[in-house]
Amino acid sequence: MSKNLNLKLKIWRQAGPHAQGSFLEVDAHDIPEDASFLEMLDVVNERLIADDVEPVTFGHDCREGICGTCGVMINGQAHGPEKATTTCQLHMRKFNDGDEIVIEPWQATSFPILKDLMVDRRAFDRIVEAGGYISAPTGTAPDANEIPIPKEVADTSMDAAACIGCGACVAACPNSAGQLFTSAKLHHLNTLPQGQPERWKRTEAMVETMEDFFGSCTNHGECAEACPKEVSLDFIAFMNRDYVKSKVKNRSLVSKR
Amino acid sequence: MVMLDAKIPEGSIEDKWDNHKFNVKLVNPANKRKFEVIVVGTGLAGASAAASLAELGYNVKVFTFHDSPRRAHSIAAQGGINGAKNYRNDGDSIYRLFYDTVKGGDYRAREANVYRLAQVSVDIIDQCAAQGVPFAREYGGLLANRSFGGAQVSRTFYARGQTGQQLLLGAYQALANAIQSGKVTLYNRSDVLDIVTKDGEAKGIVVRDMLTGQVHAHSAHAVVLATGGYGNVYYLSTNAMASNVTAAWRAHRKGALVANPCYTQIHPTCIPASDEFQSKLTLMSESLRNDGRIWVPRDRDEARSAGEVAEDERYYFLEEKYPSFGNLVPRDVASRNAKTVVDEGRGVGPLKNGVYLDFAAAIARDGEQAVRERYGNLFQMYERITGEDPYHTPMRIYPATHYTMGGLWVDYNLMTSVPGLYALGEANFSDHGANRLGASALMQGLADGYFVLPYTIGDYLAPKLGETPLSTGDPAFTQAVAEVDDRTRQWTSKKGGTHGVEYYHRELGKIVWEYCGMARNENGLEKALSEIPALREEFRKNVKVLGSPDGINTMLEKVNRVDDFMEFAELKVRDALHRNESCGGHFREESQTEEGEALRDDENFAYVGAWEWNGPDEAQTLHKEDLEFEYVKLTQRSYK
Repeated sequence: MSKNLNLKLKIWRQAGPHAQGSFLEVDAHDIPEDASFLEMLDVVNERLIADDVEPVTFGHDCREGICGTCGVMINGQAHGPEKATTTCQLHMRKFNDGDEIVIEPWQATSFPILKDLMVDRRAFDRIVEAGGYISAPTGTAPDANEIPIPKEVADTSMDAAACIGCGACVAACPNSAGQLFTSAKLHHLNTLPQGQPERWKRTEAMVETMEDFFGSCTNHGECAEACPKEVSLDFIAFMNRDYVKSKVKNRSLVSKR
Repeated sequence: MVMLDAKIPEGSIEDKWDNHKFNVKLVNPANKRKFEVIVVGTGLAGASAAASLAELGYNVKVFTFHDSPRRAHSIAAQGGINGAKNYRNDGDSIYRLFYDTVKGGDYRAREANVYRLAQVSVDIIDQCAAQGVPFAREYGGLLANRSFGGAQVSRTFYARGQTGQQLLLGAYQALANAIQSGKVTLYNRSDVLDIVTKDGEAKGIVVRDMLTGQVHAHSAHAVVLATGGYGNVYYLSTNAMASNVTAAWRAHRKGALVANPCYTQIHPTCIPASDEFQSKLTLMSESLRNDGRIWVPRDRDEARSAGEVAEDERYYFLEEKYPSFGNLVPRDVASRNAKTVVDEGRGVGPLKNGVYLDFAAAIARDGEQAVRERYGNLFQMYERITGEDPYHTPMRIYPATHYTMGGLWVDYNLMTSVPGLYALGEANFSDHGANRLGASALMQGLADGYFVLPYTIGDYLAPKLGETPLSTGDPAFTQAVAEVDDRTRQWTSKKGGTHGVEYYHRELGKIVWEYCGMARNENGLEKALSEIPALREEFRKNVKVLGSPDGINTMLEKVNRVDDFMEFAELKVRDALHRNESCGGHFREESQTEEGEALRDDENFAYVGAWEWNGPDEAQTLHKEDLEFEYVKLTQRSYK
């Protein structure tokens, strides 16, 4: 049978976006090491409820590492110590008996805290709305095999498309930059033949919307380190190249009008 | 008294959909902008419907309880999506996909709907490829396919083990495009808690803003529910934590019939529960059964580790019982057999609640590298959750609730029994009969949203040209808003209370799983029918909900959902009790062949069971829609 752990937790509590926050200290005893990190928080919450204390609010949904809803800073690391792992997939056996664990929300001005550990990431949706799509109204598509795509291209596009939009990249970045997220979407679409007609318009619009919300990239690489889906830093380089090109391409389009 | 009319068009099965598309009323392009449509849910069905309706020119309001439309649970589908493209030249066709789906559903689906699903499956693949879904490719650049879930042709398209994610991102991006163009207004973090009707027609919805706690109404010419299934009635399932039956159940209480709620798919390859703290179960893709061998020790008291159990001491129960299909029998058969051996006391793992899925033979045959290439991400996921390395120790698996074939009753137009109210995707009952084939859920969600509703909704809207949506100041709305507000506030105004909402949900799940899970019998179902109302009473009296209703309160969100599950569970059990036959995912122990396989009773049960709400204190009324099979011959399924 598996072991149980006794932990000292410091959990950030904040009643609302403009409220003053503080740490709640909890002695979490008898936590099964087979529990996931969020199941550990469930256990803590059930005990708080038993003591008539309002449970800690945190975002979560699929609990299988794909929806991108969960994510907290665990001892200062986005999604905690295990590489390529979302908070929901992190399990307590990665911790030791007696550990102190500090749990905080993502910290970035563009992700305001809503309550406790839950933040508002709508800025990501604004970036996608600015151009993160291929316009293909329903019914207009040619046969799927009319556009062959080299396997290598489809593979690299998929590598980028694997992003789950959790925001760990922003939370890990000292500048709260949104480059890894934005470049992953651009790389997914800009490498595909179907993505070419809108490529330059898309790039310019998404990058500039990103800059409305997020800080600047100074190549720390913390984002890729924290990314639970191992999205590559290379995509940022591709994005920067495409952005420079887009300035020229989009201008030439204007002159042709 | 409701009259069920499925509105199946005239003509041969090949012509029905084309005939129907010609015969439905049209709204001319300039007039579409005069109509408002509400779409609830942003999974595959909801997002694709909202985007497609907006492209046609309708004004769409879309609602999700998530922070972003991209997080709907369609995102978690792993395996793939079927499409009758016949790209592999292996004899696939629209007719074969249709035939397989009706047969796989154990002859409890409507032929005309299934045929249409197979027809539009080819368009879905084209649509998704055009949107930039990065499907797997061959070296020549053309699309790759695989065989899935025991199908005899390779018709499944996939994007690694993340097909649902990529299809949903495609639909989400189309939705984002429509939001940018101003044709769609998105309401996120909005919990839909009631459907508003007047004179029997759907007029709008009541929504609680999950950030402020404010309750308000939205009206439209039509309301579309794409709110997923009811799998979380079992507490433990592969569904996301927030997946719920609330919008569908509230529609039921306003007159929409619920069809076949006893049909639930229990997926055979999930990671077994480890203890009481377990919050959900994780699916391991069915593709693992292509190479893994399923076994348990023959000795019930076996205490050694798997590797020490000799070959002749192992019971490969699927291979022994079903020599021709072996480990690849359909989901319902694989699940029931796992339950049988575990019930016999042969289960493995610390809680003796699983069976082994062993890759040693595949690794010896093809090498560890080949196995890693095929299943690397799944093995990694398993290792994270269990702390065991499946390259060296066999995986432990056990069945878990995965998908629900029943749902809101809809006609051929996907309209419920409430005019103006539509149900799409897993929320409706229409295409999978009593058992769903692998890679067909994604197909159905997108078929409904991209290619069915955009045609059929015009038929309802066209005659309404010139009508404005009912004002939200109408008593029908103000009364519904007040009711929802009162219902929500009552939970936090109560003092005392014994347990949190999680406790009651878990208790409900135990009852439903025990008596209405993989195998059901009359005694057990009767027992559930007495235990569920008692639990509901206690829950309503004693549940403890802390905090304020005026702001974010995740307990409060959940308590409304569990309250609805408590009512839904009773109907589900009643449906299971009345259907005194076994079919697909519904196995009644009283109705089995001598070899213990599901035995249908076509003479008495070849119908859709649709239930009508009669108020909180009275049992629902059953309506029957007879199923006619003109093209597919009814046979006993055999996988020996």
